[in-house]
Amino acid sequence: MSAAIEVSGVCFAYEETPVLEGVSFRVEEGDYFVIIGPNGSGKTTLLKLLCGLLRPHAGSLRLFELPLSRYRRRQLARLAALVPQAASFEAPFRVAEYVLLGRAPHQGLLGLETPEDVAIAREAMEFTGTGHLAHRRVDRLSGGERQRVLIARALCQRPRILLLDEPTAYLDLAHQAQIMDLMEALRTERGVTVVLVSHDVNLAAMYANRMVLLAAGKILAAGPPQAVIAEAPLAQAYGCRLSVEATAGGLPRVNLVPNGRRGPRADRPAAAETEVER
Amino acid sequence: MRTPLPLARIVRVKLLLLPLLAAAVLAGLAWGSGGGGPQALFRALAGIPLDDPVLADIFWKIRLPRVLLAALTGAVLSLGGLVFQALLRNPLAEPYILGISGGAAIGAILGILAGLPRFPWGSLASFAGALGTVGLLVLFASWKTALGKDALLLSGVMINAFCGAVILFLISVTSDVRLFNILSWLMGDLSLAAMEQVVLLAAVTAACAAALFFLSHGMNLLLLGRDAARSLGVPLEALTWGLLTLTSLMVGVSVSLCGLLGFVGLVMPHLMRLLFGPDHRVLVPACVLAGASYMILCDLLARVLPRQGEMPVGVVTALIGAPTFIFLLRRAVR
Repeated sequence: MSAAIEVSGVCFAYEETPVLEGVSFRVEEGDYFVIIGPNGSGKTTLLKLLCGLLRPHAGSLRLFELPLSRYRRRQLARLAALVPQAASFEAPFRVAEYVLLGRAPHQGLLGLETPEDVAIAREAMEFTGTGHLAHRRVDRLSGGERQRVLIARALCQRPRILLLDEPTAYLDLAHQAQIMDLMEALRTERGVTVVLVSHDVNLAAMYANRMVLLAAGKILAAGPPQAVIAEAPLAQAYGCRLSVEATAGGLPRVNLVPNGRRGPRADRPAAAETEVER
Repeated sequence: MRTPLPLARIVRVKLLLLPLLAAAVLAGLAWGSGGGGPQALFRALAGIPLDDPVLADIFWKIRLPRVLLAALTGAVLSLGGLVFQALLRNPLAEPYILGISGGAAIGAILGILAGLPRFPWGSLASFAGALGTVGLLVLFASWKTALGKDALLLSGVMINAFCGAVILFLISVTSDVRLFNILSWLMGDLSLAAMEQVVLLAAVTAACAAALFFLSHGMNLLLLGRDAARSLGVPLEALTWGLLTLTSLMVGVSVSLCGLLGFVGLVMPHLMRLLFGPDHRVLVPACVLAGASYMILCDLLARVLPRQGEMPVGVVTALIGAPTFIFLLRRAVR
């Protein structure tokens, strides 16, 4: 298998503040790859580096064996699509128009859509379950609907790599599972490589086949979920007490251990514990 | 997806707005202090000799250049508003409020004081002034202040106030006949329209509007946010500079010819967005046609409303525009 993404020794700083320090990892083609880590650990910065919005100060980034800097911006947009966290929905586009904007890297200057563009957009909307919203205004959608419309827009780019920045933030449990299932379908049915930044360690462990744990700009652990979701690196990354247990399905599961006087009581151990970031 | 293809929508909007512009032009020609009226105008158009031969001169030599100048200025300022609203993603942005017009005015006044001919040198000085304020705005925007998205708009308001002060200063140190030139021009005066000015502004407007039309899909993508636009392959820096330069050029030339006309860039872009949606490929031609019609009608009001003489058209545009600004501000805050 060839590497979809190869990051080696990447460093990045915003002015004087270092954000990433010597980050290296590989994402294989067809991976469901999840980047976890505490707030401010550099996850979003890493994602922006991967789609060329930022340039690394040191180290190299390769997409499908070729250095990122060798791609033109439009070429890159056809290869890797970003689903940003803070997307703008202010302009009152209809959902169909909004999704069609994702065809831009394949279109001419005026973005005049061909029947093929319309067919691709329609198909992307059906895949994400947003077809019935086509004529709704994007500024009037719910959080879950917006996230799926954003993914439909990204799919219109026909990318080989899909980069998502916390797509499940602010979503309820059912919608979280819906988004994560959608990514799994994308990976298995179309061979798209999925790279996802998440705050939700347990949700990530359920879906990812490979993960990295990022803390203070460095990678603390990398590998399959069983290797990354472990007490030692997580406690170090998040700086809090936690325990990891195995679920019935053999997946690792993180539980927060409350600090101080009100520790978990023996009579109801599981119920008293709060899940990390849920 | 039944959304019609953009080309069909553009043609439909043009067919809808062209009669409006034609009607505005006819109205602008027909009425005014020198008399006339629709009947006389139609006879003049049909080539039938008029009872009063002076009336033909009034129609073609006095009112026509004025109507055309109003149309071009309206188109330029509406387009300017549309571009800045997309660039700053702020519904309140507009060349006058951002101080672009003010900067152009300083350039133009310095040109008048230096005794330069109004064009091309006065227009170039005006363009330089507009570009200067755009440069200041971009500089301020690069400092990331706590005010975030509105920082640029507030900086613009302050630049505008500063330009106002500079203009007053320049006026206060001028005492000869040039003072009258500056003052009458500053109030937004279309009455001095001459055919050469119309031709100059028409050429600049046509070139800039055509170029802006080709950047209109880029403006659509800008509405998604800067990062999203770049990740969709938009060359963001080139697009931003292209939009700023084109807008400064046409606003600069328009200000050098017609003076300061405030708030024109707010009214029409918003009305067009309400009617036709946010697609800039439709909005660019729509703003040209509707902005032109709007300004002709404002100028007509300025000529017809006062019992004697006329008022500066800038008064009419501000009387309509400032309440629109308040209305939009309320909506933006909510």
